[in-house]
Amino acid sequence: MTKSELIQRLAQRNPHLYQRDVERIVTTIFEEITAALARGDRVELRGFGAFSVKQRGARTGRNPRTGESVAVEEKAVPFFKTGKELRDRLNAS
Amino acid sequence: MAGRTITRADLSESIYREVGLSRNESAELVEAVLNEITEALTREEVVKISSFGSFLVRQKGQRIGRNPKTGEEVPILPRKVLVFRASHVLKDRVNAGAGGGR
Repeated sequence: MTKSELIQRLAQRNPHLYQRDVERIVTTIFEEITAALARGDRVELRGFGAFSVKQRGARTGRNPRTGESVAVEEKAVPFFKTGKELRDRLNAS
Repeated sequence: MAGRTITRADLSESIYREVGLSRNESAELVEAVLNEITEALTREEVVKISSFGSFLVRQKGQRIGRNPKTGEEVPILPRKVLVFRASHVLKDRVNAGAGGGR
């Protein structure tokens, strides 16, 4: 399911909403989550899961092709932990 | 810099502000979006949200684990796990926002 399919399915189930508004709803949700993570905040959606940012320290990596050492700067990576309810639902069948 | 936790209430508040639905309906729509994603995942569809990331279900095989307290061997049954892969856009925003990287 892509983002546009998600929008279509929601629009079908909510015929009283304009497709344009459904689009804005979906975009707003993911934009808010992105903005929160960019600020370093956590996003916790009980039952679904939690998005957070993990810091990775600087390290010395290696160019796999040449074997040469390269310095890798510290960076932040987005992380998602599945909620209990969703995990259980995936394994229910 | 880190600290706040965003919840469903914050997401529905932004929908209320951005889209102009009632607070009630905004909250229902947040739930509807999460439900639609959950249902797709239970059907084992990959959920791909452009410029955000994708969610996919992975099947894990059975393996032997160990109870860390007793040292006893216990089988870990085959199960499904959800994997989130952040898109490049999200990774870049997280790094730009944290003031580090690149």
